[in-house]
Order: sequence, then C-alpha cells, then structure tokens
Amino acid sequence: MTVVTYREALRQAIRQAMVSDDRVFLMGEDVGRYGGCYAVSLGLLQEFGPDRVRDTPLSESAFVGAGIGAALGGMLPIVEVMTVNFSLLALDQLVNTAAALRYMSAGQFGVPLVVRMTTGAGRQLAAQHSHSLEGWYAHVPGLRILAPATHEDASGMLWPALQDPDPVLLFEHGSLYNVRADLADDAGPVPLEGAAVRRRGDDVTVVAYGGTLPTALAAADQLGSEGIGVEVVDLRSLRPLDAATVVSSVVRTHRAVVVDEGWRTGSLSAEVASRVTEDAFYDLDAPVARVCSAEVPMPYAKHLEDAALPQPADVVAAVRALGA
Amino acid sequence: MSPGRAARRHPARGGAERAGPGSAWTERDLLHQMLRIRRFEERCVELYSREEIRGFLHLGIGQEACAVGVVAALGADDAIVATYREHAQALARGIPMRAVMAELMGRAEGCSGGRGGSMHLFDASTRFFGGNAIVGGGLPLAAGLALADSMRSRDRVTVCFFGDGATAEGVFHETMNLAALWHLPVLFACENNRYAMGTAIARAKAETDLALEAARYRMPAWSVDGMDVHAVRRAAEAAVAAVAAGGGPHFLELRTYRFRAHSMYDPEHYRDKAEVEQWRQRDPIPALQQALLASGSLAPSDVDELQARVDAEVDDAVAFAAAGTLEPIETLYRHVTAAPSPTAPGGPAAAGTVPAPSPSPSPVAGADGAPGAARSPSTGPASAPPAPAPRR
Repeated sequence: MTVVTYREALRQAIRQAMVSDDRVFLMGEDVGRYGGCYAVSLGLLQEFGPDRVRDTPLSESAFVGAGIGAALGGMLPIVEVMTVNFSLLALDQLVNTAAALRYMSAGQFGVPLVVRMTTGAGRQLAAQHSHSLEGWYAHVPGLRILAPATHEDASGMLWPALQDPDPVLLFEHGSLYNVRADLADDAGPVPLEGAAVRRRGDDVTVVAYGGTLPTALAAADQLGSEGIGVEVVDLRSLRPLDAATVVSSVVRTHRAVVVDEGWRTGSLSAEVASRVTEDAFYDLDAPVARVCSAEVPMPYAKHLEDAALPQPADVVAAVRALGA
Repeated sequence: MSPGRAARRHPARGGAERAGPGSAWTERDLLHQMLRIRRFEERCVELYSREEIRGFLHLGIGQEACAVGVVAALGADDAIVATYREHAQALARGIPMRAVMAELMGRAEGCSGGRGGSMHLFDASTRFFGGNAIVGGGLPLAAGLALADSMRSRDRVTVCFFGDGATAEGVFHETMNLAALWHLPVLFACENNRYAMGTAIARAKAETDLALEAARYRMPAWSVDGMDVHAVRRAAEAAVAAVAAGGGPHFLELRTYRFRAHSMYDPEHYRDKAEVEQWRQRDPIPALQQALLASGSLAPSDVDELQARVDAEVDDAVAFAAAGTLEPIETLYRHVTAAPSPTAPGGPAAAGTVPAPSPSPSPVAGADGAPGAARSPSTGPASAPPAPAPRR
C-alpha cells in the first residue's frame, strides 16, 4: 500500500499504459511542458517525449477529431480536455462522429479513443469551468461514460478503457485530484461495468458517482452514528448504467436517494430514479428522492457555490424526509 | 506511370512505389469513370422520384472530374475522408457500384449495411472513411488519420474532400492550423462549387480565394480548374507526391459547379438558370470526350461501347440492390458498440456481457494493426452479411 493522490493514481495509469503499448499517446492543451492544467501529466513529457505527449493548440474540435482519426488509424489516443465545459467545443466530434461511426459504417470502423476531462464544481471557478455535464454524454448510444470516484478506479479504469474498441469518456471530478488514499502497489485494471456498493446498510440506498461519492459517504457516516443504515452505491459507469445493482439494493432498503451534481431537470438522477420506479416500484416505501445542484449557472462566491451544490447535510435531510 | 508518382519516396519505406487502382487509368478510363458516375447519379434521380431512394440525396453531377482526378492520384493504401456528396468519390475509389446502390436503397448488402444511406458510405477495404454529413466534420478525422501515419512512419496519404461551405466553419481553421503545425501527411481537396447549399460563396466568405486562405496556414495551396479532369489529376499527383515525400499538408481548391440542385428538396431559388447553363457549357464529360475524339484516341464506336458498359453496370447495380435483402430488425442494436448493446431497451441484461479485463496490461494487436478497422467482407457484391466485429 502506498498513499497517493487521485491525480497520482491517474498519472500512474497513463504512464503504465504508455509503457505497455507504444500505440498509446496523450494529447491535449498543456499536457506537455505545463504538465497538465491539473498536473495529471506532470513529468510524462520528460519520460515519453513530445511525439507521445503532444501539446495541442486551443482547438478542441480539431484535436478531439484528430484523436478519433488517430484511433481509426490504429493508435490508442488518450485525449485530455481541460474541463467538460470546454468539451462542448468538441461536442460535434464526440456525438456526431465518435459515437456514430461504428453504427453508420455497419461495424467496419470503430473508434478506440479515450477522452479524459475534469468535471464538477467546488473550487470557485464559476459558471464556465464548474458544471457536471457528463449526464448529457450518458444520453448518447455508442459512448461509454465512466466516473472514477476512488483511487482504485482512477488507477484501474484507464487500461481497460483503452482496450475498449469504442470511445470512452472518463470524467474526473476536480475536487478529487488532491484527495489522498491508500492504493495497493499491485493495483491493476478494474472492470468497467457494474456499480459498486461502497458501504453496506439496510435502511436506505443512496446512489452517487464521481464527486458526489464523498458527499454520500459523509452523509452515511452521520446517519450511521444516529443508527440509520445507509447503503451507498457508486454508479462508476454512467453508460452503460448498472441499474440492476441499484435496484437490488433498493429492493432490500425500500428507500432511495440519488445524489447528482448535475442539474435536476433532465438529469442522470432522473434516469436513475426512473429505473428504480420502473423496476422496484412495489418495493418502495417512499418516493425516490433526489439531491442535485441548484438550477443556476455555478456562482463564484464560496457561500453561493456551497449553497448550489449537494452537501452532506442535504443528503441527510433527504434521507430523513423519507422516514428511514 | 504518371509523372507525379515517380516523386513519391518515403524515407521509412525506402521509397517503395505503391500504385492505386487509379494510377494506371488512361484517358479513356478517366472518361469511363466520369461516365459511370454521371449515369449512376442520373439513375438515382429516377429512383428517388419512384421513392426507391429516400432521405437526403446530394448528387455530384457536374463535379465528376474532382473525384476522378484526385482518386487517380492515390495509392491503394491511402485514405479518403469524404462528405455527404460522396457517391462519386466512393465509385471512383472502387467501392462496387452494387454496394453503393444497395446502400442508397437501404439494403443489408449496402456498403454500410443500410445504416448509413447516401450520406454515409463507408468501406474499410478501400480505406474509405465516409461519408460525413456534418459540414467540416471530416477534417479533423483526416488530420488524425494522417497523425497516426506520421507517428508510425507509414507511407500513406490521407485525402479529405470538403466543400467551400466548410471553409467558414471553425473546425476548418482549427484543422488547417493543426495539420500545418504538425506537418501532417494530408491533402485537403476543397471542391468549391460556389454554393454552401443555397448561399453563394461571396455571401458567406470575407475571403473568397480559398487557396489564398489556406496558404495563410503555411501550406502549399493552389487553385485548379475542377471541370478539367486532367488538370485535377496533375495537381493531385503533384500534391500527393509532395505530401508523401514529407512536404506536409497541401491544399487544392478545385473550382467546380454542381449542375443540379443541392439536394432533391431544393427548388433552386438562389441562382440563375443562365449561370447554370453557362457552367454546363464546361461540363467535364463532353469536354474530355470531344478532346479524345478530336485527337483520334477515341472512335465514335468507342463512345457507344463505353456508354453501353456504363448502362449495363448501372442496370446491374439497380437490379442487385432491388433484389437485396432488408437488414432484420433483430439486428437494430448491432454495431452501436462492438459488443451487443447492453443498454438496449428490452434487451438482455447488462451485467456480464463484457468480459472483465485481463489482470495485467498486454499488447492487444500487432503494432501496425488497425483495431479500429475490422475489415468486413460486407462490401463485396454478393457477400454474406457483415460479421460482428471481433472483440478486443
């Protein structure tokens, strides 16, 4: 076991992939000399050189599209986009090309591309660097959407994502980069599919992913001290969505709260709640509850940002409101 | 061997020559190619009016010299990225006419299995990467294919076709910059037919000299008479040779014109009939035919023979497509991903459909393998339905 940051876990995974397969390369804005805007790729340029750690111009559509083309050309690109907000500049390439190419070509061409990006708020970066738009991408057939919330997943999802013959988007919540935790020295690849139960409990199921997992666990700690058993399910993969694990938990606890940093309307939380009501309606003792971000562009001031985001206290209140 | 090919040398391959299907085309072959495209497109009009072909249908009538001239300059291993007006490129490149027509008619035997239609023709065996119906959307994809070739020191050129309309898109400028900055082996073939759908270039572009605009990105760029197949071929051969020799990206503005509407829904309110008529006088097909007849390289009976061959090929393609099968609805979810779609509503449960990754990283394919391109037999005229792509 070694204590590492989430950022270091990601970096080790990139490094290991680049050592293991010379078709893997990293490109994006400031991934090289700068070391990555969140310092994930720090030092990789020195180790692998500018051909495999490529600084790109500020042109998301072109370099994401070039990643698609390079994947078609036999490479295994890792494209870093600074934040999910910026990824909208490449939305056309991701949705109209990467996600659709295999289908449009009847299986002749696939896109084994991995796109990593930061998501989420909590660092006072205001309305153009803070949103959680991964739910939009989870809407799109042909994409695999991952949200590593733990160091094991941050370290272990990249290699299997590169092995996936189809495009994978990997969302790293910005509040996690500095989190330190134990990581096994032999931590290896993890399955990409399947939600994980991060904490066992019998009274209520709290569903979270990415940056909301720590929120859910904090709420579970508090409720646990009051004698309420909270089961915390980490979705891990937003598409495909493992509704079965969520439902089997709810069938046992009879109550569910979904925590999602995205906006409530038309959100991933709505999808999860819908699956629960479709598959476990008669097992529910209360309506499915949701804790989401306030429907505002993310504000700058700390107290406003805190008020806009799902907090452990909000989760605690939602659980209590269900009568758990 | 055309003159430009001789200059193709690549240090990584010791300058090995590669020839494409079009390299050996004679003048007569050039005429034949343009005729078969023209006849194909004309038959599409008939089929569209009979509702055998549906959706959007964009014809390249008038622009045949662009596709034929550029494809004539390509090696077999080179790649093409095309637009939604791409029947001509597909046919010239060698995708069987049967497979193209079957695609337009939505048949399983089509080159995209009936999932693409007119705007999304694909063929792995000829490295034909579509068929992109987002204007400008294929540009970065072409840059990426070229990047892969560059990183692997492969002796390949990627040609990207696009129209004048694409040059107003941001992604055009992003891609020009990236390709020039990284010195990528890509040829940008801009078919300037003077209209972005119904918007004349002068109404859409502050700079209407597209070669000049591209040259500002520090790449060799020049304009060519896109109604003259020889001129297009010569320019493309020179450009492909220069790209293959390590000269970085090149840009050709092919000045051309479409004689018919933008698509079958277009009433053409935006241009004068006189203008269309004026351009029709420069039709590339009669121009070449008359030149060949005048020089004695072609006899009138040869023209008849070519026409008969073309008619027969188109008839055969239509008959093949009409007799084709419909993809079973049970396969609706096939090819969303390489694995059966785990999120198909009502489909099999998600869990367990994808094997867990191997415990330790290991290379998954040969270094020069193309994991993205599962070569499918589906494009052959009488082949079996495409097999599922192999899982990695």
